[in-house]
Amino acid sequence: MSNKNRSVQTVVATGIGAAIIFVLMKFIAIPTGISNTQVNVAEGFLPLLAAIYGPVAAGLAMFIGHSLNDFVTYGSPWWTWVIVDGLVGVAFGLFKRQLDIQSGKISAAKLVLFNVYQIVVNFIGWVLLAPTGDILIYHEPASKVYLQGVVTWLLNSASVAIIGTILLILYAKTRTKRGSLKKEK
Amino acid sequence: MAKNLFVGYNERDTFLHRLSGSTKLIGFVSLSIIGMLTFDTRFLLGIFLFSVILFWKSKIKFSEISFILKVIIAFAIFNIILVYVFSPSYGMSIYGSQHMIFGDPNHFFNLSWEELLYLFNVMLKYTFAVPLALVFLLTTEPSEFAASLNKIGISYRISYSVEITLRYIPDVQRDYRTISLAQQARGYEISKKANLMTRAKGAIQIILPLIFTSLDRIETVSQAMSLRRFGRHNKRTWYMARRFKMADYLALFLILLIVIIGITLFKVNNGRFWNPFK
Repeated sequence: MSNKNRSVQTVVATGIGAAIIFVLMKFIAIPTGISNTQVNVAEGFLPLLAAIYGPVAAGLAMFIGHSLNDFVTYGSPWWTWVIVDGLVGVAFGLFKRQLDIQSGKISAAKLVLFNVYQIVVNFIGWVLLAPTGDILIYHEPASKVYLQGVVTWLLNSASVAIIGTILLILYAKTRTKRGSLKKEK
Repeated sequence: MAKNLFVGYNERDTFLHRLSGSTKLIGFVSLSIIGMLTFDTRFLLGIFLFSVILFWKSKIKFSEISFILKVIIAFAIFNIILVYVFSPSYGMSIYGSQHMIFGDPNHFFNLSWEELLYLFNVMLKYTFAVPLALVFLLTTEPSEFAASLNKIGISYRISYSVEITLRYIPDVQRDYRTISLAQQARGYEISKKANLMTRAKGAIQIILPLIFTSLDRIETVSQAMSLRRFGRHNKRTWYMARRFKMADYLALFLILLIVIIGITLFKVNNGRFWNPFK
């Protein structure tokens, strides 16, 4: 596939990906009791989007989907979290080559590696970046934002580990395996 | 239910509807950034009033937004309580003085005027942008939105992605409903009656078909767009783009003025907080 086509695909994947993220965030979110934190199904969709379309599409789709959702739910986006969510998408996308999902082969080792990677990424995003941003920009009490951060880290990692992994495996199964055709002798 | 979940554009004829989308976008973004940074209560009250006046001028009916308003108020109150419970003396450490209403500054739970002012600031910060956001959402036609994004300097590919998002949200939403009903008819439980595990399983049974049909859709749409040579040139024009008129320049000037006042106040206050306790 040429580069031009791929850039069109990125544009469309960003747009429709963001629409899916928006709908998932709006309809299937299971609240946890701690404010603004929920079991986020949209987060579980992100690895698949990232594995197919790469960092730009995943990052932007998450950014657009999350800010639109904040827009229509809370009136204005909570920028620190929106930006961190976008960065998490970019980070997942950077793993695209290692995962190589289009080959149709996705080994257990790859999945374990990806899950370790995502837990680290989510830790950096939700426990280090997002709360620090909240303190610097919104001046919220540290104990509150770090608690929210830790809870979000655990929930998002769990969501990616369960839903994300299932989606990756199922998608890989739909691809034709590389080298599955043999020349007849 | 479907109607209430998404506030959308409504055709009317007010000066806010006539302003170009770019002006409104610049206005919303710059006011929300300056409001996010400042903790000057006077300034926050000022832009809050300003945005309420704009909202009133836009002639949006209360019934159109009552649902979203309830959610926002509940969210703000809940957050305020949380901010207070986690750190009741945070206000005193910010303003550096102690004017107690009750309790002892050395105990964990107490209430001071400083804390009240801080909480009031937080409340204002949660709410001041809401009327602006609603005005922006309800007076800007979605198809003009992408043109506006492009006009303020965002690449047209990204603008087009946003356009596609706005275009496809109703479609994805409809797919979601159809799939959800079909799966429930087959016996998957996703309502509050079921426990967490059953609900999670039900959710997966819905999102799988939803995601896989959407991936096909990405394929189809991007092929259609490549066939029409999307992305061939470095620029594109927009059918819905509007030229700036006198009113736009005036509005932009007003926005600039407000932002300058906000920045000046940082200087005057020696930082982001306005401290009346000194």
